Amino acid sequence: MSLSKDEVDRIARLARLAVRPDESAAVLERLNRVLGMIETMRAVDTRGVEPMAHALDVVQRLRPDAVTESDQHAALQAVAPAVERDLYLVPKVIE
Amino acid sequence: MLNATVAELSSALAARRISSVELAQLFLDRIERLNGVLNAFITVDAEHTLKEARRADASRARQDAGPLTGIPIAHKDIYCTRGLRTTCGSRMLANFVSPYDARVIERLAEAGMVTLGKTNMDEFAMGSSNETSYFGPVRNAWSAACVPGGSSGGSAVAVSARMAPAATGTDTGGSIRQPAALTGICGLKPTYGLVSRYGMIAFASSLDQGGPMARTAQDLALLLNAMAGFDNRDSTSVERAPEDYSRMLELDLAGLRIGVPAEFFGEGLDAAVRKQVEGAMRWYGEQGARMVPVRLPNAGLALPVYYVLAPAEASSNLARYDGVRYGHRAQDCADLLDMYVRTRTEGFGEEVKRRILVGTYVLSHGYYDAYYLQAQKLRRLIARDFAAAYHDCDLIMGPTAPTTAFALGAKMDDPVQMYLNDIYTIPAPLAGLPALSIPCGFDAKGLPVGLQLTGNYFSEALLLGMAHRYQQASDWHLRVPAETPL
Repeated sequence: MSLSKDEVDRIARLARLAVRPDESAAVLERLNRVLGMIETMRAVDTRGVEPMAHALDVVQRLRPDAVTESDQHAALQAVAPAVERDLYLVPKVIE
Repeated sequence: MLNATVAELSSALAARRISSVELAQLFLDRIERLNGVLNAFITVDAEHTLKEARRADASRARQDAGPLTGIPIAHKDIYCTRGLRTTCGSRMLANFVSPYDARVIERLAEAGMVTLGKTNMDEFAMGSSNETSYFGPVRNAWSAACVPGGSSGGSAVAVSARMAPAATGTDTGGSIRQPAALTGICGLKPTYGLVSRYGMIAFASSLDQGGPMARTAQDLALLLNAMAGFDNRDSTSVERAPEDYSRMLELDLAGLRIGVPAEFFGEGLDAAVRKQVEGAMRWYGEQGARMVPVRLPNAGLALPVYYVLAPAEASSNLARYDGVRYGHRAQDCADLLDMYVRTRTEGFGEEVKRRILVGTYVLSHGYYDAYYLQAQKLRRLIARDFAAAYHDCDLIMGPTAPTTAFALGAKMDDPVQMYLNDIYTIPAPLAGLPALSIPCGFDAKGLPVGLQLTGNYFSEALLLGMAHRYQQASDWHLRVPAETPL
């Protein structure tokens, strides 16, 4: 199937991306080429096949419910664009 | 010394024929001379390198040195390094300095290796030509008009042009093996879970795997010995007893069964590549190995399956780049949503945005079963094909890439043409299998050809032994690129 411009805009909104009007035709065309290539796998009959989510059939490891990390907020927040009183700053959300 | 292998440098350092500081300086000088044209490194910090080299020399003076102590290595800029910026080839992380080291970086530092710098790569490892990097394309040392492959193109060229004796890479759909093939070096993608993903910036987590790049299979084994190992900070790290990946280097080839899948020799394979690969296979035959025809009937579906699964995982992994905790943030935003959208639109390049859009689409309501779930089922069929083939053979052999290096810009307008570069490298990571590429000749233009060996789970030692045997009898891997003489 081929995507329309409106569908691309909807997907972009979901992905928190913007497609500029002047690049929208090229984005659509290349995206549809990729989706056209992907389309070839849809016709294959896979009834009864167990989906493979992972390369190796291993189960998630469990560990004791104990604190293992130390407080590193100073090091981690040192790379943040905006911090005040140990809090990450973002544009105003609530008036 | 610039032309020496890791194994040779190890002996030279042990015999005190050279110090680690002298060695590091040799490579730093070469990087300074060549990087302007090749653009293999994004970040080089000579002081940082020399400090590590002095530490290695001090360890040796204390009789506390291993086989890799004092040997320089270049790291793909996808591995987080404390105190040395980590960009992942993206504007999003152009000024990012990680507060911690990746486990691979820690392990190689614990082995005494000296960091030469951070190598260029396709943005977020998404690309097959190293042209999607925010820091500009990398050029191939065999022909500066050609791409080096990708995404670990900077690491590949650093090793190929003798700017580093070895480098780290990562492979999701071929990002170690394809650039290794296109630049005439060796690269190994280990079994999924062998090398820790902690601190390795995520692209598609069920496929991403780190591995070594060097000029010989013997060097790959030495490096893998230091890189592999269980890590409780990586939830998919495999718990196994440590092994010596060098133990089968003197492998007896007689009686080994080499699987040859017709699917890897079909339409799209360049005639010169086929000729060189068949030449290498003939050599193995002469040593007593047996060629066994095998079938991978679903191999043709690997490309579409990969381009559903990898973008789906990427769209989720890259959601973390929101301008709040680290990385790029757009200025003068109207509100929070505006900040998210503009930060991401400014911070990501075209290919990354395309894959996020594809991934978002295949995971979106109403399409999940038709795309994502269907791709996961086909992934199972592809893995089963390999399992069936390994009943009849010990490993699978074929070309690494369908062509040799192509011209810069040649495939940038058509993403599908670009994706087809990885047609032979994508099946192994979908199944989680180990695979490596070694040089096996040149085409008429003098561009290197890669031979791919794919093994069963945890068969790295066998693959490395197979590759080492070939390298004892050939000199393709010793040739120095025309544009970067010593």
